[in-house]
Amino acid sequence: MKKEDLPQEPGALSRLTRELCYVKNEEGKYETALSKGWDIKKEALDSAWVEVNDRVEEARKAVVSGEKSPIYYFMELNLMDLGVLSGYTGFFTFFVKRHLKPSVFKTLSDKKLEKYAQAFDISVSELKNFKG
Amino acid sequence: MNIDTKTEEFHHVHAAHCENGVTTALLRHHGLDFMTEPLAFGMGSGLFYIQVPFLTINNGPAISFRTMPGAIFKRTCRSLGVEVTRNKFRDPAKAQLFLDKKIKEGNPVGCQVGVFHLSYFPKEYRFHFNAHNLIVYGQEDNRYLISDPIMEEVTSLSPEELSRVRFAQGPLAPKGHIYFPEKVGVITDDLIRKGIVTGIKRNVRDMIGIPGNFAGVNGIRYTSNSVRKWRDKLGLKKAGLYLGQIVRMQEEIGTGGGGFRFLYGAFLEEAAAHLQDDRLIGISEEFTKSGDMWRASAIQMAGVYKGRLTEQQSFGEIADRLLEIRSVEKEAFLKLSKLNLGK
Repeated sequence: MKKEDLPQEPGALSRLTRELCYVKNEEGKYETALSKGWDIKKEALDSAWVEVNDRVEEARKAVVSGEKSPIYYFMELNLMDLGVLSGYTGFFTFFVKRHLKPSVFKTLSDKKLEKYAQAFDISVSELKNFKG
Repeated sequence: MNIDTKTEEFHHVHAAHCENGVTTALLRHHGLDFMTEPLAFGMGSGLFYIQVPFLTINNGPAISFRTMPGAIFKRTCRSLGVEVTRNKFRDPAKAQLFLDKKIKEGNPVGCQVGVFHLSYFPKEYRFHFNAHNLIVYGQEDNRYLISDPIMEEVTSLSPEELSRVRFAQGPLAPKGHIYFPEKVGVITDDLIRKGIVTGIKRNVRDMIGIPGNFAGVNGIRYTSNSVRKWRDKLGLKKAGLYLGQIVRMQEEIGTGGGGFRFLYGAFLEEAAAHLQDDRLIGISEEFTKSGDMWRASAIQMAGVYKGRLTEQQSFGEIADRLLEIRSVEKEAFLKLSKLNLGK
C-alpha cells in the first residue's frame, strides 16, 4: 500500500487513537503512517454489531414469552456465551445452561443470583425483576 | 504520603500490533536500541494463516493472520538470549502484589488483558477478546500508568480496572499473565543476524511446511473453498457476517493492514539491511503485493456484507482471489527457503 492510498475515514476507534500502519513512501521504502480508519472495516464492525443487537432483541423476546430466564438476555447483552459466563460466575456450563430455564431460575438462591449480577454489572433485583 | 513510582525513563512505543509493541518497548527499555516493531515481528515469526475447522468465534469463522499469542515475545527474546520471567496467578491480590513489587523495582512489565472491560477502549471494540497486551510502567496517585502500544499516547487505569482486565474470563483467559525481560546478555551483530535467519526459517516452516490443509498457505485455500460454499450453505446474511469477520481479523487495529503482510514486508526490508542481502528486498515486494491483494479482497467482501453483491458469482470471485493470494505467498516463502540464509 502506498502512503497516499492510506484511507483516512474515521470510525469508532478514531475517538481513542489513530492507527499505525506500514506503507510505502515515494522511494518505495517502508515507513509508518497514521490512519483515522477505513470504511471497509468500519462496515464490517457495524454489521457485527447489527447481528449482536438482533440477538439481544431475540433474547428479550424469549424472556417476555417465558421461554428463557433473564440470565439469557443479560448473557447476550454482554456478548457472552455459556463458556464466558461460566468463567465469570464459576458455575459449570452444564449448570449455566439449566439456569437459562425460567423454571430453574425461579428457584435460584440470592447467593447464586449475586454471582450472575456481578458478571453482568447489575444488581440482583434488576436481574430478578427483568421482564423484557 | 504519596509514593509515585515510575520506572526509569520509560518510552512509549506506538505500534501496529500490541504484542510487537510490548516486545519492542520492553527490549528497547533494556538497552536493545536496534529493536523495531517489524524486527520483533519477523524474529518472532509472526506471520501466519490458519482457519480452524469446525470452530466458530463470536459466531464467525475462526481465522487468524498471525501466530499464537505470546509466541512473538517468547521467540524474539529467546533468539537474542534474553532471559524472560513470566507468571500467572489464581489470586488477583497476589497478582497485584507481584506487579507492585516489579514496578517499585523500576521494571516496566507486559500484561495480557481482556478488552471487554478495558475502560478506555471504545465500546464498539469491546468484545471478549483476551489476547491484548499492554505495559504497566509506573504508579501515580493510586493509578497505574499504562502504555498501550496501539495508542498514540499513554494512559492510566485504576487498580480495580487493571485487575478486572487481567482476570478477564473466557477463551485465552489471561489469569493475571505478567511477563518481562529478566536478564539481557551481550548482544552482538552476529546474534541479531542469526535471530533474523532463525525467524525467517521458522516462518517458512509455519507457512509451507505444516502438513494438512488448514494451516499456513494451505489454510488460505481452505478458506477459499469454504467461501465458495457459504452463500448456499449459510444464506446471504450469515455469509456476509462471516466475510465481515475475515475482514476484521485482517484489517482491524493491530494488523498494520493487509493481515500483517505489510508488516512482514517491512521486516524483510530491515532484514536485507542487517544481513546485507538485497535478494530479500525483492521478496519483500511480494509480501507488499500479497497485502495489497488482501485489501482488494476485503473491498470485494464488503460488497457482500453491505448487500451490494448477492450472486454466487461474487463468492466465486472472492474465492478465486484467495487462491491467487495463496500462490503469491507460497511462491514468496519458497523463494525465502531457497535463499540458504546463514550459510
